Amino acid sequence: MPQTLFEKVWESHVVERTEGRPDLLYVDLHLVHEVTSPQAFEGLRLAGRAVRRPDLTLATMDHNVATGDDTPVDPLSEQQLETLQRNCDEFGVPLYATGSGREGIVHVIGPELGLTQPGMTIVCGDSHTSTHGALGALAFGIGTSEVEHVLATQTLSQSRPRSLRIRFEGEPAPGLTAKDYVLAAIGAIGVSGGVGHVVEYAGPAIEALSMEGRLTICNMSIEAGARAGMIAPDDATFAYVEGRPGAPSGAAWERALDRWRALPTEPGATFDREVVIDVAAIRPQVTWGTNPGMVVPIDGAVPDPASLGDPDAQAAAERALAYMGLAPGTPIREIEVDRVFIGSCTNSRIEDLRAAAAVVHGHRVHPSVRAMVVPGSAQVKAQAEAEGLDRVFEAAGFEWRRAGCSMCLGMNPDVLAPGERCASTSNRNFEGRQGAGGRTHLVSPAVAAATALAGHFAEPSE
Amino acid sequence: MRAFRSVTSHAAVLDRPDVDTDQIVPKQFLKRIERTGFGEFLFYDWRKDPAFELNQPEAQGARILLAGRNFGCGSSREHAPWALQDYGFEAIVAPSYGDIFRQNSLKIGLLPVELPAEQVKALMERARGGEELTVDLEACDAGGFAFALDDFRRDCLLEGLDEIALTLRADDAIAAYESAHDAPVSTLSL
Repeated sequence: MPQTLFEKVWESHVVERTEGRPDLLYVDLHLVHEVTSPQAFEGLRLAGRAVRRPDLTLATMDHNVATGDDTPVDPLSEQQLETLQRNCDEFGVPLYATGSGREGIVHVIGPELGLTQPGMTIVCGDSHTSTHGALGALAFGIGTSEVEHVLATQTLSQSRPRSLRIRFEGEPAPGLTAKDYVLAAIGAIGVSGGVGHVVEYAGPAIEALSMEGRLTICNMSIEAGARAGMIAPDDATFAYVEGRPGAPSGAAWERALDRWRALPTEPGATFDREVVIDVAAIRPQVTWGTNPGMVVPIDGAVPDPASLGDPDAQAAAERALAYMGLAPGTPIREIEVDRVFIGSCTNSRIEDLRAAAAVVHGHRVHPSVRAMVVPGSAQVKAQAEAEGLDRVFEAAGFEWRRAGCSMCLGMNPDVLAPGERCASTSNRNFEGRQGAGGRTHLVSPAVAAATALAGHFAEPSE
Repeated sequence: MRAFRSVTSHAAVLDRPDVDTDQIVPKQFLKRIERTGFGEFLFYDWRKDPAFELNQPEAQGARILLAGRNFGCGSSREHAPWALQDYGFEAIVAPSYGDIFRQNSLKIGLLPVELPAEQVKALMERARGGEELTVDLEACDAGGFAFALDDFRRDCLLEGLDEIALTLRADDAIAAYESAHDAPVSTLSL
């Protein structure tokens, strides 16, 4: 029977299958960061257990780290970072600590180091682990109990999710980005539309995307409720992986290519559910509410809650508008922002920074806006500086900062003040996500850059 | 893991869809390296509002939480179920859950019961009327409505089993898998 990409990766990682129990799956790569791991290491210590495969485990520091010398982190963040260092030393887990030159957001460094490869199973105590599916891996977020389970056994017991294919058909308008595709898809299926499913993104518009764009799409799978998103590996994938430090070389590279070329979903394979999105109909997207499904085109207006779905959805929209300080019918372009954040595991890769820099080149940030760029990794930062992007941003009045999760979730001092409104390239516009009382609008890097210059939501063409 | 068999209590009602884990425990409390003591941070920002559901007198001491669809969506932070459990909740009843939140809850003995939306609404009405509810995992019954949970998860919860110890019984199978498959990467040789 023809198989899907997801089925192939799942089936090839089953360690043990017992009737009436979830499958026991082998984990090829376990990524670790400082926030969701301390209690897991403590659990190992209390039970006298070791890390089974330190060679399949990699830790980095990202959520809490300072992005500038002007904003040192608080003592609790310090303690969490030191705890990770201590745990990695004690259990023999390799760690790319701050200052190593290879640190960064965990979902940026995995692909960057060539550790994320087609056909692998990858987990991390972070919901945006779905990002790695862009290379044809099955990658999903887990909680701390599961982190401990993987550290101890290199396996996870998992019930097989259902499958959902989202096909992006049609020809996109010039300037449309992967961020707009995925926000439009979440708007279409809703924030719970993917619950219980693994998504495969397919269609000509996906095949035409760069790896950075594909990473952006898979990153936000969890915002539609799907624990994992995947894209079939192709020549663009192989070209991206080749030559990176973790990639196979020589004869091993050729063998890997043979395996990877056999991974894509076969014709005739079936999905539990299929959705088609017409890319030609998508315009740049801006969220107006307090979850990523509350999204409209930039040409649109803040919706009237009474026009939305069921009574639960209407009540949620009313709460969202009260929190966001917005009135129904307000044109999106007339909404003014206080802050602009370009960064996060969704949009902090070199291509994202190039796109934003192209928009701001030779212009100035609007005087009422504070704007910052936070590269996704130390290597992205170095690459951007080699290309002179830091100078473009700084000349325009952006702050150019060090790598980390930063204001995507504000565990470090990069936060919004209560009531501040932010155009952000991150993934979540939940209440308080970027700082208690802060108001987040999710957009692409290009729209974020144009908005920083205009002081209100704008497209690069304006 | 804490075992779960049955709980009888009045229920707190949080009838909102898509309650995310950032609301359940805001990020500033994720810096702690302990597993306990998160109850005081539960719904930290929402609890500042006197009108918030959990601040009402009838919600005090409730050990069952009735919630809207897609409860616990968003971040993978297990701190969310830790906080709910530490606050005093033993079972949640909702039409659906964020996948990772549901999994995390099952791992710590906080029972996430899934029922059709209209049945959850009916339980909410009864809870608002002051009725006590029973969630019984042995009978797979929540307030008179049957719910499903796979036998394995149910047994783990009923017995409070340590899943890592269970998996380590399959050590031979894990070792066999490892000897049959070359690791695609090594993080020690970058």
